[in-house]
Amino acid sequence: MSFWFWRGLQKGIHSTKYPRSLELAAGVTPGRPVTTEFHSPDEAALAAEVCPVGAITSVGSKADVDLRLCVHCQRCHFGCVHPVGWQTDYEWTAAQDSKARYRPLPDAYRRSLHIMVVDAGDCGACLHEVKQLNNPFYNMHRLGIFFTASPRTADMLLVVGPVTENMRVPLLKTYEAMPDPKRVMAVGACAVSGGVFGQSFVSAGGVASVLPVDLEVPGDPPPPLAVLHGLLVATGRKAPVASNSIVERSA
Amino acid sequence: MVVTPSPLSRSAPMQIDEIAKTACDRFGQAISVSHGDGGVSLSIALNDTATLPVISAFLFWDLACSFGGIVVEELGGRWRLSYLFLARGSGWIEILMDVPSSTVTVPSISAQVHAADWHEREAEDLFGIRFEGHPRLGDFILHDQIWPEGVAPHRKLQRKTMDARRDHLRHRPNAEWRPLLVVQDPGAFAMPVGPVYEGGLGQSVHFLLETVGEDVVRAVPRLFYNFRAVEKIAEGQPISHVLLLAERFAATSSFAHSLAFCLAVERMSGTEIPARAKNLRVLLSELERLRHHAGAITAICESTALSVAASQAAMIEERLLRASCQFTGHRYLFGLNTPGGMRRDFTAQACTELSKGLDPTVSELHRLEQGLHFTSSFLDRLEDVGIVDPEKARDLNFVGPVGRASNQPGDLRRDCPYSGYETYEFKVPREIEGDGYARLRILFQEAYQSAHMIRQVVERLEPGAVSVSCKPPAHGVALGWAEAPIGATLHWLRLDGSGLVERYRIVTASFNNWLGFRVAVEDFAFQDFPIILASFGLSATECDR
Repeated sequence: MSFWFWRGLQKGIHSTKYPRSLELAAGVTPGRPVTTEFHSPDEAALAAEVCPVGAITSVGSKADVDLRLCVHCQRCHFGCVHPVGWQTDYEWTAAQDSKARYRPLPDAYRRSLHIMVVDAGDCGACLHEVKQLNNPFYNMHRLGIFFTASPRTADMLLVVGPVTENMRVPLLKTYEAMPDPKRVMAVGACAVSGGVFGQSFVSAGGVASVLPVDLEVPGDPPPPLAVLHGLLVATGRKAPVASNSIVERSA
Repeated sequence: MVVTPSPLSRSAPMQIDEIAKTACDRFGQAISVSHGDGGVSLSIALNDTATLPVISAFLFWDLACSFGGIVVEELGGRWRLSYLFLARGSGWIEILMDVPSSTVTVPSISAQVHAADWHEREAEDLFGIRFEGHPRLGDFILHDQIWPEGVAPHRKLQRKTMDARRDHLRHRPNAEWRPLLVVQDPGAFAMPVGPVYEGGLGQSVHFLLETVGEDVVRAVPRLFYNFRAVEKIAEGQPISHVLLLAERFAATSSFAHSLAFCLAVERMSGTEIPARAKNLRVLLSELERLRHHAGAITAICESTALSVAASQAAMIEERLLRASCQFTGHRYLFGLNTPGGMRRDFTAQACTELSKGLDPTVSELHRLEQGLHFTSSFLDRLEDVGIVDPEKARDLNFVGPVGRASNQPGDLRRDCPYSGYETYEFKVPREIEGDGYARLRILFQEAYQSAHMIRQVVERLEPGAVSVSCKPPAHGVALGWAEAPIGATLHWLRLDGSGLVERYRIVTASFNNWLGFRVAVEDFAFQDFPIILASFGLSATECDR
């Protein structure tokens, strides 16, 4: 077994510097479409038209992007006549309700946050990205964040997937088994807005329709750093972004 | 019914004409044989439904075809059931059975072809068709503690009474429901695991481990917690939207699924896509396979608690995810396929960089494999664990790496080439032990083959167009297939006359292999369970759809 010990040491440290400084390695995030100013209203309308899920709305000569609805199909970016702008960042977490400001967990949780994950109909991508937080590149233990096996010891419920009918009861039971104070974070487009599955006879169309959600991490799937940003927001170590929703921004 | 081995049993592939002739000689008036279309090579229509079990057994056992799946359709006033079989090296064969929709009972074939078991249970749950002779129907996709009896959500009739996309049937959980327990020894009990376990990092599956104390006698998986009714919500949608669903219902093999879907659409419209697009599709399919297998290897190392190896495998996987993102703009290869080719092109430099960048990753994998190979405490936990012997693997029609670890040669890239795979040189590795270690070795070997193919693609890539216009006809039927990292996947599509999807059917490798999972979990120790599960590497969400 000493073999693996030495092999591990040989590798050195690969963990990201985030959140102390931004991680800029290529491929850590797919990026996101951003609100873009076009030359004319017609161009903006054409840009909005290519979006299959209605995440882009044209307001005058501006194409406004609602990241909550975006499913990262990149149709507004590649192979279209009027591409919208694209930004490769990953700090996307916003409060579910931007008017009621997010209250971070008490200070005692800043360096000790235990997360319970529930797969409520996820396609596997978001769950996989959440799991990546344990790999040496992201290594969330260094920030005092841990996965926990029981809802009784969890401070935060991280839900992926649009909440299927068959998972509704297990999800509610997990939530109820968690002690207060607790926070709920919806991760991924499906958990935030239902994504491509939307609302149907087997899908609740997002976590907010079954549970009170505090934070939302949009993206299909959000990369590990976006989830990490969300977890830091939950403990008050990072600030949430203003809002990802057009409706809330314009209100 | 007893299936007698016929003198026709053979291993060499039979030509389609030969199969048609043999079937006609054997069954005469009971069937009418014609050339299929939309990707199916031979279509056998049944004149007498009672022949179904015999002809299924004939194809599966006597002609050594593998079983594809069952497609149930409601066409006007009748049911159409298509049973798909693959004659390796020759093409797809379908058995068509048309029955009036007033009929609710059709013969079951699962006594002859065990792999059809879950397909029939699914059809019973979602369409309300009874399969006569099936030993266990009900409580499958629609869990009995939530859904009342008699709901058949995939029936067209339901469109009038409920809109599957909006209405929400609010049911009260049925407290009376109890799982079926088989082990009745004194002191026997069942240990439930899931659907939320491993801190929720496991997929949503429920297992009932039936035990008499030390050893687990049997383990029964209960799936479909992630049932999102993809096939139903696709109905009435345009192709461009269904493509999003095809890509997003199972992210571990999203490229393979979107490819199979696009191939079906292209086949329907008779589109021939440019050579460059075909090659790029091979490149991305293999990149996805490589990344998936690195992930599956990580999961196996994690399940045996060999942390250093798990961390190193996870780093390889993350590097591949980053390489995918750098190359295509998405870590899981979403948004690349489109009917008619690829949505975007890549520069020659990017392709070369990708291929060059894989070399260190592949040598890392080699080093990892060598390390694992000489770690006896690791091998002790994998060897002779979760054995699926080749006969059982054939019986239950295992596909993908799990099947190949049990000496099943099936690989659609070779058996029924698509997207130009016939022009590539690659090996399909096989092992005979069928245990956890054999499955791990297969994963490593396939990963090397994938990297080898990516190099081949990059060498032969020539500039040119990456897409052509693809106008699907207003109505038509077609089958698309691809070898996803987990195994064979089929996408069956029917358009309704206005260019919208009328019926969309997805058969996935996970659905196929979860059925057989139970043979690997008989009489084992509790601590081996996570290892067996990881070595199978099945995706619950791909199975559930």
